[in-house]
Amino acid sequence: MTWLWFHKLASPPHFYRIAGRWLPWLGWSAAVLGVTGLVWGLVLAPSDYQQGEGYRILYVHAPSAWLSTFTYTTMAVSAAVGLVWRMNVAHSVSASCAPLGASFTFVALATGSLWGKPMWGTWWEWDPRLTSELLLLFLYLGYMGLRSAIEDQTRADRVCALLAIVGVVNVPIIYYSVEWWNSLHQAPSVMKFGKPTMPASMLVPLLMMFAAGTLFAATMVLMRARGEILRRERVGTWLEAAVGESVALTGEKR
Amino acid sequence: MTPRQQRMTLVLGVVAAVALAGFLALRAFQNNVMFYFDPTRVAAGEVKPGQRFRLGGMVVKGTLVRTPGTMDVRFAVTDYRHEVAVSYTGVLPDLFKEGTGMVADGQLDASGRFIATQVLAKHDEKYMPPALSKSLEAGKAAAAEAAAGSQP
Repeated sequence: MTWLWFHKLASPPHFYRIAGRWLPWLGWSAAVLGVTGLVWGLVLAPSDYQQGEGYRILYVHAPSAWLSTFTYTTMAVSAAVGLVWRMNVAHSVSASCAPLGASFTFVALATGSLWGKPMWGTWWEWDPRLTSELLLLFLYLGYMGLRSAIEDQTRADRVCALLAIVGVVNVPIIYYSVEWWNSLHQAPSVMKFGKPTMPASMLVPLLMMFAAGTLFAATMVLMRARGEILRRERVGTWLEAAVGESVALTGEKR
Repeated sequence: MTPRQQRMTLVLGVVAAVALAGFLALRAFQNNVMFYFDPTRVAAGEVKPGQRFRLGGMVVKGTLVRTPGTMDVRFAVTDYRHEVAVSYTGVLPDLFKEGTGMVADGQLDASGRFIATQVLAKHDEKYMPPALSKSLEAGKAAAAEAAAGSQP
C-alpha cells in the first residue's frame, strides 16, 4: 500500500520515533554545510564587481528569505493536511513552523535593511517585495497570537489552519513581486528557471547555505513538533515507554 | 461526497477565493503597487507637473553632469524608449553611476524636467568577481575596436 507511510506518520508515537531517528542526521549535516558555506561565502568567495565586499550579506539574506516562504508553505500544507485528514500530528508540525518562519522572515528583513542602506541608499521603502515580505511576518505573528489566544486545542488547530491556508496566497506574491511590478529589489539570481546570474565561485557557497538552511529548518521543525506531540499526548500510555526508553539510552536520570 | 472530500473541497475553495480576491485587489491598485513610473509612462503624460511620484530607469551614459562647488547633479533617465531629464541636489548612493538603474522621488517642473528630492540606486541581479568584469569589459572594447577597424 503506497499510502501506508502517510497513515503511519499520523500516529503520534510513530512520528515521534521516526523524527527522533532523523534528527541527528539532519542537524549534523546542517551544521557541517552551514559552517562550510558561511566561511566559503564570507571569506573565500571573490568580491563583487559592483558591491565589493558588501554583497556577502547575500549568503545570509537570500537563504533566510527562501526559508521564510518555504517554512510558510510547509506550515500551510501541513495545516491543510491536518484539516482535511483530521490529523493531530500535522497540526503539531504546522504549529512548530510558525516561530521558526517568523525568525527567518525577521532575519531576511533585517539583513535586507542593512544591505539596502549602503547599496540602494535607504533602510526601507514601500516596495512590493519588501511590503509583501513584511506582510508575511505579520501573518506568522498573527498565527502565533491566534494560537495562544484560543484555549481549546481542536478549535485552535482549525482556526489557525484556516489562517495559514488563507495566507499562503501571499507566497507567490512575494516571489513574483519583482516581475509583476516595478520594484527597487532586483530579480532573483538563483531561485528561477534558467541559468543563475552568478559564477560558480560565488554560487557554490550560496547553494550550500540554501541546503544548510533547509536542513536546519527541518531539524528545528521536527524537534519542536516532537515537543508539541509530547505536550499534547501527555496522558498517552505510549509516552512513558518512549521517554523512558530515551532516558535509558542516554544514560541520564531524571 | 465523503466528509473528507468535503473538507478538501472547502480548503481548495478557500484558497481559490482568496487568490481571486487578492488578484482583483492588486489589479485595482496596480498604480499604487508599482514602485516607480518609467519614462514611457511619463512621456505619455500620466503624471502632471507638481504631482509627486517616483521615476525609475537607467542613467544614460554621458549625461551625468556635476556642477563644481555644489551638490547639484543633472542626468537623463531612460527605459530605452523615452528619456527624462533629472536634476538633483544632494548625496548620491555609492552604486549610482551612468549605465545602471536608479529610482528617484520628486516631481516634474513646468518644462518637463524631473526635480528629484531623493535618489536611490537600483542594481541588477548579476554578481561577478571584479577581475571577470574587467576582462569582459576589455573583451567588449576589443570587439568594438575590431568592428570599427573593419569598417573604415
